[in-house]
Amino acid sequence: MREIEDKKIVEEVSRLCIEANCILGEDVKKAVRSAISQEESPLGKEILQTILNNAEIAEKEMLPICQDTGITVVFVELGADVKIKGSLEEAINEGVRKGYKEGYLRKSVVSCPLRRKNTGDNTPAIIYTRIVSGDRLKIIVMPKGGGSENMSEVKMLTPAAGVEGVKRYVIDRVARSGANPCPPIIVGVGIGGTMEMCALQAKKALLREIGSSHPDPFYDNLERELLVAINNLGIGPQGFGGRTTALSVFISSFPCHIASLPVAVNINCHAARHKEVIL
Amino acid sequence: MANYNLKTPLTEEVVAKLKAGDSCLISGIIYSARDAAHKKLVEAIEKREKLPFDLKGAVIYYVGPCPAKPGYPIGPCGPTTSERMDPYTPFLLARGVKGVIGKGNRTQEVVQALKEHKGVYFAAIGGVAALLAKRVKSYKVIAYEDLGPEAVSEMVVEDFPVIVVNDIYGNDLYEEGVKKYRK
Repeated sequence: MREIEDKKIVEEVSRLCIEANCILGEDVKKAVRSAISQEESPLGKEILQTILNNAEIAEKEMLPICQDTGITVVFVELGADVKIKGSLEEAINEGVRKGYKEGYLRKSVVSCPLRRKNTGDNTPAIIYTRIVSGDRLKIIVMPKGGGSENMSEVKMLTPAAGVEGVKRYVIDRVARSGANPCPPIIVGVGIGGTMEMCALQAKKALLREIGSSHPDPFYDNLERELLVAINNLGIGPQGFGGRTTALSVFISSFPCHIASLPVAVNINCHAARHKEVIL
Repeated sequence: MANYNLKTPLTEEVVAKLKAGDSCLISGIIYSARDAAHKKLVEAIEKREKLPFDLKGAVIYYVGPCPAKPGYPIGPCGPTTSERMDPYTPFLLARGVKGVIGKGNRTQEVVQALKEHKGVYFAAIGGVAALLAKRVKSYKVIAYEDLGPEAVSEMVVEDFPVIVVNDIYGNDLYEEGVKKYRK
């Protein structure tokens, strides 16, 4: 048994919250740079360049890229041979509290969805814990903005809808989102599982490196087809028209019931933020 | 597509010049309000209470900034999605508001109200909040402090960059732009 102190988790989560919000990933920057050369709309090009300029200011001055510093989604992989001194969930929430205070991040969480009072410290985090083998603890912090999350959806298709039905649904969901989720976007698609597992797959898909290929050639091909179709919608940067609507489409699939074909679309804005640590 | 330097409050004359796709730099006082604040503003008007700011010619910015770091007037402050303000916007336009700044598509009711009451919907670029904060010279919460980042504030801006999406003639940059690049 290896012991990890809760204090260490608090420190790491706090740091990850600040870094994820202030430092745009190299993969996003690279994808935006390459999109500038392919963008046909002059206004679209200008917006993509502005996104890079903003990222530079944010990183230099350690300011959040976007004022919506998100609800904090945390993925944990806990090795079965790790013993946490204290409570894992409390440590994560304490880390969020600390990071959002010390990093001057916006507190964007209400305690009750209907009575809507701000909790004042961005907790609770949305935590998903998986027990894995080994003696390590992996923590991924993913601040998720509301604008793009609001354009996300789960649909229970029937198996007869097949791959064509999935494609139609994903493209339609992006088309209906228009300018709202701050394009260029990253599209996470969950296929299969149960209703809630499908949504979780879509969210996890957003953690992939922008521009990376799916290991399964079937899904790799489907991702590429969807990306072309989405970019042909013409929505473009910020929805003002253009070639760059999405930077990547990522699919995560899961086995499902013989009667079901769930599909989930989780959209991320161009401020696609996530940072991780292995303890 | 023209470029304009605008001073707030906006007049009908100035608003009439603006067309969808124009780039504008706004200077002067603008007011921040998101949906929770809009709800309170509309309730205050209905109860004939005094409002935190004069609506005549006013520009409202849909924003909930980050807290300011020491030495900064404001934290990063990009636009939030406008559709959440759609139920309230026609009501405010009818009472003198001339410009609203946000991002994303509006309902037909809002587009019609912009035409009828001669107001303009501007978009600021979403997700470039650190850069936009450089154009804000001061930030002061003036009402509904209990709403935290959603409080109403008075912001003094200098050359704040926006793009006209919906003008008073019924043009819509989102519609026209997408039509042009759709394959």
